[in-house]
Amino acid sequence: MTNFKKGISRRRLIKTGLAGVLATGVSPYIFSRSAFAQEFCNAPTGDTVTLGFNVPLTGAYADEGADELRAFELAVEHLNGEGDGGMIPHFSSDALTGNGILGKRVAYVTGDTQTQSDAARDSARRMIERDGALMISGGSSSGVAIAVQGLCQEMGVIFMAALTHSNDTTGKDRRRYGFRHFFNAYQSGIGLGPQLGDAYGTDRRAYHLTADYTWGWTQEESMIAATEALGWETAETVRTPVGAGDFSQYITPVLNSGADVLILNHYGFDGVNSLTQAVQFGLKDRQANGKNFQIVLPLVSDLMAAGAGNAMQGVFGTSNWYWSQQDEGSKAFTNSFGAKYGRPPSQAAHTSYVQTLLYADAAERAGTFYPPEVIRALEDYEFDGLGNGPTLYRGADHQCFKDVFVVQGKENPSNEFDLLEVVSTASRDNVTYAPDFFEGELGPYDPAMC
Amino acid sequence: MEAIFAQLLNGLDKGGAYALIALGLTLVFGTLGVVNFAHGALFMLGAFCAVAFRELITYEIVTTDPEQLSPWGSPLEIRTPIAQQYLGDWGAVIIDYSVPLSILLAIPVMLIIGIVMERGLIKHFYNRPHAEQILVTFGLAIVLQELVKTFFGPNPIPQPMPSTFRGAADVGSWLGLTPGAVTYPWWRLVYFLFSIGILSAVFAFLRFTTFGMVVRAGMADRETVRLLGIDIDRRFTLMFGLAAVVAGLAGVMYTPLLPPNYHLGMEFLVLSFVVVVVGGMGSLPGAVAAGFLLGILQSFASMTAIKNLIPGIDQIIIYLLAVVILLVRPRGLMGRRGVMES
Repeated sequence: MTNFKKGISRRRLIKTGLAGVLATGVSPYIFSRSAFAQEFCNAPTGDTVTLGFNVPLTGAYADEGADELRAFELAVEHLNGEGDGGMIPHFSSDALTGNGILGKRVAYVTGDTQTQSDAARDSARRMIERDGALMISGGSSSGVAIAVQGLCQEMGVIFMAALTHSNDTTGKDRRRYGFRHFFNAYQSGIGLGPQLGDAYGTDRRAYHLTADYTWGWTQEESMIAATEALGWETAETVRTPVGAGDFSQYITPVLNSGADVLILNHYGFDGVNSLTQAVQFGLKDRQANGKNFQIVLPLVSDLMAAGAGNAMQGVFGTSNWYWSQQDEGSKAFTNSFGAKYGRPPSQAAHTSYVQTLLYADAAERAGTFYPPEVIRALEDYEFDGLGNGPTLYRGADHQCFKDVFVVQGKENPSNEFDLLEVVSTASRDNVTYAPDFFEGELGPYDPAMC
Repeated sequence: MEAIFAQLLNGLDKGGAYALIALGLTLVFGTLGVVNFAHGALFMLGAFCAVAFRELITYEIVTTDPEQLSPWGSPLEIRTPIAQQYLGDWGAVIIDYSVPLSILLAIPVMLIIGIVMERGLIKHFYNRPHAEQILVTFGLAIVLQELVKTFFGPNPIPQPMPSTFRGAADVGSWLGLTPGAVTYPWWRLVYFLFSIGILSAVFAFLRFTTFGMVVRAGMADRETVRLLGIDIDRRFTLMFGLAAVVAGLAGVMYTPLLPPNYHLGMEFLVLSFVVVVVGGMGSLPGAVAAGFLLGILQSFASMTAIKNLIPGIDQIIIYLLAVVILLVRPRGLMGRRGVMES
């Protein structure tokens, strides 16, 4: 009878055990940062990686959603090495090679948010749980973006927000798994304020019509701060339902309010409708307090300018990007998009395209799809070549900091697409604020299994 | 004073739309005894007659100009609307006036839709309970909505008003008020006058023609009219067609004020039913009066001073008034005894 007890000491047992562990091939996982490769939601196992694009195809922001989807499709093409590569050759990072992401071909699924938070969460959940989406992007409404961002934090799936402009997205509602390339309402105010002061003076009374949800509220707050800093008075602030369609009942009281500026904190179809209806009521031809009445649309896109037609002429606003930018990245993107779709890309399309590239680039640089590592690769990442000049993805709140463009509706467009003119630029330094300016907690890096 | 007058004006165009839809609803209910929940869809279909007409005449013929380049470097595409291609300046005028001109398309289309709807579906539910009529017409409204969504997409399609009517009229100066104090868009004035015109024409038709007299007699006592050897059912079918035309025309002319989408009808249907109930089921003058009353009231409720006093009142005022009217006058403002009181 063999005496095992005598033959194996505790030290020997540990040594043998460790040798066994090493011998069975676990060591690569222990010493590799991909050790956790299978321990997160929708870890890719085949030769494709699936991204989920969640955009509004119906509702007040449907035009923006359709353009976002075009841009997502183009980004996937370029990531897979098809087409002319768009912005990739001009991107300051050389991690993207047209070979998908980490050698896996990029596939995608889409969903319609209907410009409603509940529908957007349902759609994102479907893409994560049923379709195996590893990253979700989209938006076009801050209410939607914040709702989906919260879901993605719970499920451990990275959310690369597209069009969302509320301060809250990277302010009080910031999340570790959410990233925003688009600028915000505060930055619009900082950019637009000096331009309004130069154009309209310091003695003005402003009347605000505001979309009644998170974006509208923070847009209104930021514009009040910017205009009151100029010396303007705020005559009245009125909230309007999203998707109201007919704004006449809200515009009529402006006529006798004593205001000489109407600030429309509206976007998408709402912005188009409220602006055209305000012009129909003769506000642009009106005199008030001895001055020409003015209309301001703080956040504007070329899609809205096209919808509003002549009503947009001379109206100031801000934009995250505009297709006529002359940097090489912007030109390449406009050419790719125009050749494929016969129209220039909107700012919503641009931010969607850029966010997709940035996620892919971060995964390549991290060398893994493991979300905490991808997040760390995005945090405090400085890049260039994607249309906005040198840009910082700040780690403290996941907000991008870059120049902000102040635009104005062109009086004499040279063609059907030439609708806005960039009249000034607020520098990145000017629009940068302290990380604790808006209070919020990012939350943990911990991955989750969905 | 100016503010109150401006709100009063603002209520008139919306009130006009409510009145036109409610008039059609009441006509159908008064003649056929049918509660037609598809009536809002007829308003929407009228609006899409305007959309279809414009899409037809602005169908683009694309040519390329190799001399010019697009912003992305390909030869510039030049798109010319078909009406302009073949009719030159006249084509441009037709495109500019596409909304009022689409009335010519809407009248026969809506008449046919109304008659087909009545003969094909509604007539089978004449003697069925109102609950069943509501269910079947509501279902029909959803089918029509989805058809429009399939052909025209889910999003609003803006329709420009004729360039002559862009801008605003200085209504205040017409009335001796401070110039510029009360301005009102020309097209909204046109819509108000148009709705008055249609309402007057319908009332005149019912009042001063033999056909109208027979219909009114039929509304009062269908059996007696039948006993006189008059084919009242055929006249009622035509009245259904007429109600469809009225709703359709209301929709056509409303398109420059609110870009139509497939669920436009539902938005107006609910309010129009409230209008019918407040006006009194079966009462044509009641429907018209209540339409304008509720439109104006809704406009006043949007005044800042009132909204500051009672936040959100603009969203609920119509329903609040309906509750009060039904408590005080259960038959509505001008309701007749015996209607819906079996």
